[in-house]
Amino acid sequence: MLEKTGIPTSDDLKAIKPDKERLKKGPVALIECFRKIPCDPCFYSCPFDAIDEFKDINDIPNLDYETCTGCGNCIASCPGLAIFVVDYNKNTLSLPYEFLPVPEKGDLVWGLNRAGKKVKKAEVVRVKDPAKNDKTAVVTIKLPKEYLMEVRNIEVGELNG
Amino acid sequence: MRIENHPILDLDRDEEKEITFTYKGKEIKAYEGETIAAALYAAGIRVLKASSKYERPRGLFCAIGNCSSCHMVVDGIPNVKTCITKVKEGMVVEEEVGKGDIVD
Amino acid sequence: MINTDILVIGGGPAGMTAAIKASESGAQVIIIERYHELGGQLIKQTHRFFGSKKEQAGIRGISIAQELTEKIENHSNIRVMTEATAEGYYEDEVVTISHENKFKKIKAKKVIIATGASENMLAFENNDLPGVYGAGAVQTLMNLYGILPGEKVIMVGAGNIGLIVSYQLLQAGVDVEAVIEAAPKIGGYLVHASKIRRAGVPIYTSHSIKKAIGENSVQGAEVVELNDNWEMKVGTEKVIEADIICLAVGLNPLSDLLIQAECEVVYTPELGGDVPIRDENLKTTKDHIFVAGDVAGIEEATAAMLEGEIAGLKAVSEIGYSNENIFEELNRLKTELNKLRSGPVGKVIKNGIEKVRRGNYVGKNRYSHLR
Repeated sequence: MLEKTGIPTSDDLKAIKPDKERLKKGPVALIECFRKIPCDPCFYSCPFDAIDEFKDINDIPNLDYETCTGCGNCIASCPGLAIFVVDYNKNTLSLPYEFLPVPEKGDLVWGLNRAGKKVKKAEVVRVKDPAKNDKTAVVTIKLPKEYLMEVRNIEVGELNG
Repeated sequence: MRIENHPILDLDRDEEKEITFTYKGKEIKAYEGETIAAALYAAGIRVLKASSKYERPRGLFCAIGNCSSCHMVVDGIPNVKTCITKVKEGMVVEEEVGKGDIVD
Repeated sequence: MINTDILVIGGGPAGMTAAIKASESGAQVIIIERYHELGGQLIKQTHRFFGSKKEQAGIRGISIAQELTEKIENHSNIRVMTEATAEGYYEDEVVTISHENKFKKIKAKKVIIATGASENMLAFENNDLPGVYGAGAVQTLMNLYGILPGEKVIMVGAGNIGLIVSYQLLQAGVDVEAVIEAAPKIGGYLVHASKIRRAGVPIYTSHSIKKAIGENSVQGAEVVELNDNWEMKVGTEKVIEADIICLAVGLNPLSDLLIQAECEVVYTPELGGDVPIRDENLKTTKDHIFVAGDVAGIEEATAAMLEGEIAGLKAVSEIGYSNENIFEELNRLKTELNKLRSGPVGKVIKNGIEKVRRGNYVGKNRYSHLR
């Protein structure tokens, strides 16, 4: 259970999963923020108003998957680094990354699951590290579909020798 | 050991001024502006004093001047909180044993 | 003797916002800080803050420290005294300080005490070995001085500080072997826990540290599982190798100066220890003394900054620096603070504050026997 291990369970994850129809339409954000904490920057980061305004700052963010375009603006805004973007058309996953070295496009990295275990090698297809992100890079990797909901971190270095 | 690269912090030390101080008769390099305890730690020195009763080794604990775990004898003055005292060129730093003697 | 309108003791987040708010009305402010720069614990917080976007959420602590320090340095009516420690509070409202190794006296019309907190120790065998450090000390070494604290760390405590510092250790290139937590559940925000979990750090709840291993410095620790009654389960001991044992087992308000100044202080577990009785504007039982930040109760920096603003604003208003909008402004700040405390963690804090609100506390002052 999440409170004991820090790893969200499949029950936790059900709460955030957009349906298959939505996933087919293109990229969409997944906010893996499951418990109430006083935090609201994601609401302000969304240029499409897809995240509901917080009535109470402790509310769990509520994302309207139909309005979300998967632009990924929210990824680096989240202090908990809990937002990811999946694209089931291009088979990509975008995640926040605050370690060195920051990978480059074309690099091969390990995809790690929510427990930090290496589960699949992946190619980096895009790295966004603009000044406005203040050192939180957004790394996009290509993965087989079945890993898009499993991989949540990367290990850089080892595979590029 | 010093961290060379950091994902968030800019740790470029090119602009920093290097100074030298003495610890137990040995010359140690430090950067101006850092504390005595930080400079010693960077040089691999973790034991800063001996506890007053059983003379057990003691090192940092809080590093912000709250506890008294880092008291050392600095330029002859005992009980200096080395975690909040800046290191200076030519300083003579010694391990402290016991409660520290009053200096005339 | 140095005379001033407002004296702020402590240059952390609460003290800085108190000084800024007070000076904006035109009052003369002195802020004293023990360290050689302002910022308190903010100067080592490399992570993005939670809270309301309107109150700096999403910004890294180090950037907030920089912004507040610049604001203070640009205010001509704030005098900053660093390497200055308050030594005593006297009956004639004089505060004595040691400043750059000189003894000085300051008399202010109002004093705002924002001395912060100290890290808790934990009782276990060999807990005095070099290598057993407070989480804040490890942050100081790596985030302030860029020094590698060690190679392998055991983090004790899975509250926010334990989780955040574990993440910062990973960023500095240190291996975090395990986070151990005596409670059956992770105490900090679960997003922080998930962040280090997916970087491969195990979190062991219902576990404690039995002893540190090593002669002159830490070489490892013996950890043990706890049962439902928090007792050590015999036979579950295991050794984890590490050269650092990092303690993140809570903070304790640094209320010594308040006690010495004879402010009424009450032990309040919800707020982390001995905290002053105060009113909603953070005024203590002494007309001259306000408090703000962790010394008033252990909380997050965001709350400390709001409390600083409230105390600063109210203190200057009481000495004649009136601001037309003071009531609206105070109400706005209190509303923000209330919103921040509306969640499950905030509820505990609010309970604690209710207990020590002026007029509410009935009982014996813990330190009255010292008078």
